[in-house]
Amino acid sequence: MGKLCDVSIRGVEISFGAVRVLEKLDLDVAQSEFIVLLGPSGCGKSTLLNAVAGLIDVQAGQIWIGGKNVTWEEPKDRGIAMVFQSYALYPRMTVRGNMSFGLKVAGMPKPEIERRVKAAAATLQITELLDRRPAELSGGQRQRVAIGRALVRDAGVYLFDEPLSNLDAQLRAELRVEIKRLHQRLAATMIYVTHDQIEALTLADRIAVMKDRVIQQLGTPNEIYRRPANRFVASFVGSPAMNFLPGAFAVREGAPCFLSEGIAIPLNGYAFEASPQDGAPVELGIRPEHVEAGGGVPAKIEMVEPMGSDQLAWLRVGGHPLSMRLPAEACTVAGAAMQLRLPADKLNLFDAATGRRL
Amino acid sequence: MSALAVTQPAGMRPRRLTPARIGVYAFLTVTALFFLTPLYVMLVTSLKPMEEIRLGAILALPRAPTLEPWIKAWSAACTGLRCDGISVGFANSVKILLPSVAASIAVGSLTGYALSFWRVCGAGLLFGALMIVAFVPYQIFIYPLVRVFAFAGINNSILGIVLIHTIFGLPTMTLLFRNYFASLPQELFKAARVDGAGFFRIFWSVMLPMATPMLIVAVILQVTGIWNDFILGLIFAGRENLPMTVQLNNIVNSTQGERAYNVDMAATLLTALVPLAVYFASGRWFVRGIAAGAVKG
Repeated sequence: MGKLCDVSIRGVEISFGAVRVLEKLDLDVAQSEFIVLLGPSGCGKSTLLNAVAGLIDVQAGQIWIGGKNVTWEEPKDRGIAMVFQSYALYPRMTVRGNMSFGLKVAGMPKPEIERRVKAAAATLQITELLDRRPAELSGGQRQRVAIGRALVRDAGVYLFDEPLSNLDAQLRAELRVEIKRLHQRLAATMIYVTHDQIEALTLADRIAVMKDRVIQQLGTPNEIYRRPANRFVASFVGSPAMNFLPGAFAVREGAPCFLSEGIAIPLNGYAFEASPQDGAPVELGIRPEHVEAGGGVPAKIEMVEPMGSDQLAWLRVGGHPLSMRLPAEACTVAGAAMQLRLPADKLNLFDAATGRRL
Repeated sequence: MSALAVTQPAGMRPRRLTPARIGVYAFLTVTALFFLTPLYVMLVTSLKPMEEIRLGAILALPRAPTLEPWIKAWSAACTGLRCDGISVGFANSVKILLPSVAASIAVGSLTGYALSFWRVCGAGLLFGALMIVAFVPYQIFIYPLVRVFAFAGINNSILGIVLIHTIFGLPTMTLLFRNYFASLPQELFKAARVDGAGFFRIFWSVMLPMATPMLIVAVILQVTGIWNDFILGLIFAGRENLPMTVQLNNIVNSTQGERAYNVDMAATLLTALVPLAVYFASGRWFVRGIAAGAVKG
């Protein structure tokens, strides 16, 4: 299907009146790549997607799709298809009408339209819904139709603007798998906007974490999860969230370590990206599943949250809260004391002032 | 046991007639009577022969009901020198009404659509100006417009009066449709653009089919407004095309000798029939239309 296209965003700047939404943003998306723009609301990720689609004008910079400068092109001439959060189905048309509208506008011959609609409907298992109207469909079915409408365009680039945000948790998980399957089948380039880090981690080839008009980190889900570039990325990605302990960096007898109220954690084996000074204020980050029992750090269990497959224990370490993932079978009692080990190779050290990874 | 079951609140809460409720019903009854009595008087009077009317019992039911006054009002009552009844005015009003309603809604919906979806340069300013003009009493425009129309040679013609109604309907219609379209999700418009549809295609295929409730409301507003218009029709329509309201005035005010109250009443009821029918047929939609401007659908 469709021709393969890469997307290149070069120095794009967008502002609404006096409000800056995007600042000198560069992003290259390779052919057939699935890239997720992840960030909290208001970070500019949807704006960027709309700019790629041609629905918002850019103030500066260029957008290239498939080796062609499309900065001034109309949406329909960019070779893109788009799926919206609110589905945006035409309410007075049937599913068939919705899916074929764009092709009809483009003046495609009827048999070809019929063929494409049928193929897309079969892919998404909505064949029996073709003659219904959007009002007669459930949320999940509507979003399938919306994806179908994008599919028939046979575009080189698919844009998804928070397509699953309006669905309940179960449907979201279901459609997420389906979108991933679709990407594998079509091998088309996809740009997907979401604020849900699970979606980002499960779907993406690469994730661009955005905040405050700029990309904070661009990397594979693994990189983003294991080596977050700054404190924001660390705290935004991962559920349950990463723990942070404030403290100071110190060098004791030639070995680096982290000091916080009454605890000292050796940092031998931590891959430093910078060389902090002795005594510099830092924050230590560790994910709940990386906290291990049986070390030298004293802790007290305050509360336990059973989560089915495992349980989350809320501990207090040196006056700071810390969560730890335990197997479901582990016998834990609130109020009990225990010893922890924070393995150095799983730690994340951030500059307390700039939030940057050390 | 059973006594307990009675005193324990369960199921439907009993409705009690409180003084406040009685007051509300009394007020509603009085209000209804206030507005219905004149209609009743008109109806019975129009069905009475003159001898009965002279007795002066205006609330009495007709003893010998007759349709004579209605027939006379329709086809034989005198408006000035001509005695063709009000049917001529009816025909004229229909001739003015249909194109005026169609044109004003077509232009208004298109303007409202353009203002809410396409970021036209100075759209806000344009809309503001339109709104201000909507509040200027239109008597102010009459003389200049008469001069302009006379210069253009369309004064005293159907085209002239249709144009007038379209222009004066524009602010309300634009406001109505702009507010409605503004309440629709922007993503729908974006989706249509990605699908490659242009200005008119989006309007015709996507937006207008969704605006059916507003179209109905607009038709109601324009039909009643234009049908009830008197002064614009009197000034711009020309002697040949005077609308029904003007003809009615001529019948009621130009009677020689004894006043034919029954004919006057019948003529008035005939004139009021169109808006009355529209109200009755569309009460639900009418209320919805009034609320539509204020509350997001």
